[in-house]
Amino acid sequence: MPEAYDPNQVAKDAIAPTGAGGAMDLAMSEAETLEKTPGGPGGTGPQEKARSLWTDAWQQLRRNPVFIISSLLIVFLVLIAIWPSLIASGDPNACQLSQANKGSGPGHPFGTDQQGCDVYTRTVYGARASIAVGICATLGVAILGSLMGGLAGFFGGWWDGLLSRLADVFFAIPVVLGGLVFLSVVVSDTIWPVVGFMVLLGWPQISRIARGSVITAKQNDYVQAARALGASNSRMLLRHVAPNAVAPVIVVATIALGTYIALEATLSFLGVGLRPPTVSWGIDISNASQVIRNYPSQLLWPAGALSITVLAFIMLGDAVRDALDPKLR
Amino acid sequence: MPELTKEIADAHPTPTAEPILEVRGLVKHFPLTQGILFKKQIGAVKAVDGVDFDLGAGETLGIVGESGCGKSTVAKLLVNLEQPTAGEIRYKGEDITKLSARALKAVRRNIQMVFQDPYTSLNPRMTVGDIIGEPYEIHPEVAPKGSRRQKVQELLDVVGLNPEYINRYPHQFSGGQRQRIGIARGLALRPEIIVADEPVSALDVSVQAQVVNLLEKLQDEFGLSYVFIAHDLSIVRHISDRVGVMYLGRIVEIGSDRQIYEHPTHPYTQALLSAVPVPDPDARLHRERIILSGDVPSPANPPSGCRFRTRCWKAQERCELEVPELAVPAVFRLEGGPAAHPSACHFAEEKQVVPETDET
Amino acid sequence: MLLEVRDLHVEFRTRDGVAKAVNGVTYSVDAGETLAVLGESGSGKSVTAQAVMGILDMPPGKITGGEILFQGKDLLKLKEDERRKVRGAEMAMIFQDALSSLNPVLTVGDQLGEMFVVHRGMSKKDAKLKAVELMDRVRIPAAKERVGQYPHQFSGGMRQRIMIAMALALEPALIIADEPTTALDVTVQAQVMDLLAELQRELNMGLILITHDLGVVADVADKIAVMYAGRIVERAPVHDIYKAPAHPYTKGLLESIPRLDQKGQELYAIKGLPPNLMAIPPGCAFNPRCPRAQDICRTEVPPLAEVTVDEGPGTVPSRPGAEALSRLSPPTDNGAGRQSACHFWKETLRDA
Repeated sequence: MPEAYDPNQVAKDAIAPTGAGGAMDLAMSEAETLEKTPGGPGGTGPQEKARSLWTDAWQQLRRNPVFIISSLLIVFLVLIAIWPSLIASGDPNACQLSQANKGSGPGHPFGTDQQGCDVYTRTVYGARASIAVGICATLGVAILGSLMGGLAGFFGGWWDGLLSRLADVFFAIPVVLGGLVFLSVVVSDTIWPVVGFMVLLGWPQISRIARGSVITAKQNDYVQAARALGASNSRMLLRHVAPNAVAPVIVVATIALGTYIALEATLSFLGVGLRPPTVSWGIDISNASQVIRNYPSQLLWPAGALSITVLAFIMLGDAVRDALDPKLR
Repeated sequence: MPELTKEIADAHPTPTAEPILEVRGLVKHFPLTQGILFKKQIGAVKAVDGVDFDLGAGETLGIVGESGCGKSTVAKLLVNLEQPTAGEIRYKGEDITKLSARALKAVRRNIQMVFQDPYTSLNPRMTVGDIIGEPYEIHPEVAPKGSRRQKVQELLDVVGLNPEYINRYPHQFSGGQRQRIGIARGLALRPEIIVADEPVSALDVSVQAQVVNLLEKLQDEFGLSYVFIAHDLSIVRHISDRVGVMYLGRIVEIGSDRQIYEHPTHPYTQALLSAVPVPDPDARLHRERIILSGDVPSPANPPSGCRFRTRCWKAQERCELEVPELAVPAVFRLEGGPAAHPSACHFAEEKQVVPETDET
Repeated sequence: MLLEVRDLHVEFRTRDGVAKAVNGVTYSVDAGETLAVLGESGSGKSVTAQAVMGILDMPPGKITGGEILFQGKDLLKLKEDERRKVRGAEMAMIFQDALSSLNPVLTVGDQLGEMFVVHRGMSKKDAKLKAVELMDRVRIPAAKERVGQYPHQFSGGMRQRIMIAMALALEPALIIADEPTTALDVTVQAQVMDLLAELQRELNMGLILITHDLGVVADVADKIAVMYAGRIVERAPVHDIYKAPAHPYTKGLLESIPRLDQKGQELYAIKGLPPNLMAIPPGCAFNPRCPRAQDICRTEVPPLAEVTVDEGPGTVPSRPGAEALSRLSPPTDNGAGRQSACHFWKETLRDA
């Protein structure tokens, strides 16, 4: 590839004139020569490679222990969500009433619940529903929200007024009350009604963030520069505005993912979220809460798993924000 | 043709060829609105309110003025980043404010802009090669795809940067180097006119001179015409052939650099020049300084008549009632000489505020 | 001496390394005197002032050495609450950006009066009267009516006057002004500088004026200290330095600014860029940009040596001996307290 970047070559070229600097006289043309070899100032060493802001952010993330811990946790959770049989051999819905409410023992490391189902297996299988809902809802919210917010922010005026008021309307709906009403009408065995409901109520949050950061990015001189060159709207939006506006959306979406998982559990707990035979931490927490006085450990496992998952995503969001927020550099 | 045009042409030191850019009666009002969904106009900020000037080929026209005088809006109007409320911008005789989108795109190739802030004028997510090469992507007819990389490297070399840095990102460069990248982008389409809006004011003192020298070198090399907008009167004098002084959306005085700096006739120009700190402590004693009272009035509600009258020590009733035209004042019209250049003042008179030096 | 800074060192510890912002700065100001500290961004001029005021962010900043003697006391050895009493009452600071230095939710009168309530224990009512008096003093028209207005209702020049009024409130002995007029237009700049100079004379205060603008300095300063990469490279009374700079950096700065009164050809440009404070070049920090640099400049840090102005024939030192000579030269009064941190100050001075 003829375009390959060779840092060593650059280093050689760059160092040579600096070394010969002693022979320089008052000649003004030397100013030009030296500017070509920015050794030092502004951290622009001659041996430095091309570093995009994304590379910088990744370099920083990699060294952040919070990121390492949370991402390891998330990788683990995603793996068992896809292949729960990796660590749990049983069937979560294979229950024997005769074995109900047992403490931990052989075959049942976390004990059994009121229905005689294995708590360990159910906790492991519960990850699938929670993570699937969380990821699908976040994706939906992020796509719809940034589309709406981006258009409102970029075109402004009439568009902005309409889309922002629409967002306000959805923002005003109380989540739990809305969920009770909306989800009690739609009856389905799948996760999609829950995901759909979350997207419907969640997009205004991302839309506001996206609108704000698009407006900030739009005002930068480089967007004006592109316009002065005669660039089209789509070019300005996709090439100049979007890449510079996407960081806050990523941060908020990552943190929101955790809260959607918690919301799914809340709705399932209230009986309007996921329904059996789907295995969900919310359902298990709901069931266990009825016997909390006698068998608190039945509540502990699904609730603990839920907390750890939510925490992992929020920690990841925090770490990503630290890396992407240029003000902290 | 109105008389005005003739007189502005007179102000040329060398009235050679036809001007490459003619600006006539340029007006830009930004509406002030109220209401959220249904907006109602309640007034207007008169950022630019009737500006005329010519730019000759290969010439540098400096435009000076304080913040809020509308000089940056003029720059944006010239490169079509804003649509004028009224007036004409004629590029080689053709009014570019009324062009179709396609014709405008072609004209844009010839008028490019260099921005003030090198930290916000380069997209931080793009490499230097992509930034300087973008003009070719927007105007593919200028350079075939295969030759673009080489062209970008040539441009980097022309502005004094190492062509090997093509894959780096803007944040890896210092302010002065970034401004060079911005200049390279402006040059990519080989424009005839470059509008530079405060191109050095964000840079360190020792780096400013490098960039000013670069701009002058490029002018010689490519035969560029500059509209150089700045608040620093010293730099404007250094680089400009002619200078226009703006106050509250209007040009109050225009002429060659010698006419403006050594023979100013408008009181605002005189005050502005006398206020510039001169790096010479001996000048402290024998320099007369005109200290203006008060601040620049709001452009949303400019004073009637002469806009400078609220801060002017010469103001009389006539200034309140009658708008002074930008024309050679009658007193100087006959005698000629350097004081005979357009100045929008009813009571224009010469006053030397910058010590004249032996060197010319 | 009102204020003496001796061999001050300040570092910033960041994720990417240690930035040596101030590397042995020594300067002094007397009552009624104006010291201008001149330098580009990153020269350490503002950091030094922040250290004197005691408003340096620590961490990441850290004062690693030196003393700051104010009216005979070393400020660095004072306890935080004693230091606080000095700040505001004995020394005050004026910042570049008046809008962000004033609290937007408090009226101007409240902010001015607060100084008196906190430091002098005045009642709110008396403090308000004092505030009006101060606004009159910095010539804000209609002070009585405007005392209840908020900062955003004032123009840039007026806000800077309010900042000056605030700094003057308790009649401090020393004022530090950090680029006080950089954000203002030239016509307003002149008003504000004049006001500041006049009040300084009236109250016989010491003034440290931090700026990058050689023009502003020439108009008001008594003496000048030029900073580069955290060190003072030249110090001189104001008239001498403009007539004949004794350091190549000062000389380069003076030659690189275009003049209002003449139209030159090409500007002299100092080549290269100011150094990265995390990797200051060895020897003289200016050596990579200096037209006079020799081998000695790359290895030995030039001391801030006395500059003497006798044009005798013996002042043409051979290259290696130059540094030794400048050290040996007796501290005469010829240069009236001029100093230059250049191995070749004699040649620089002679060529000027």
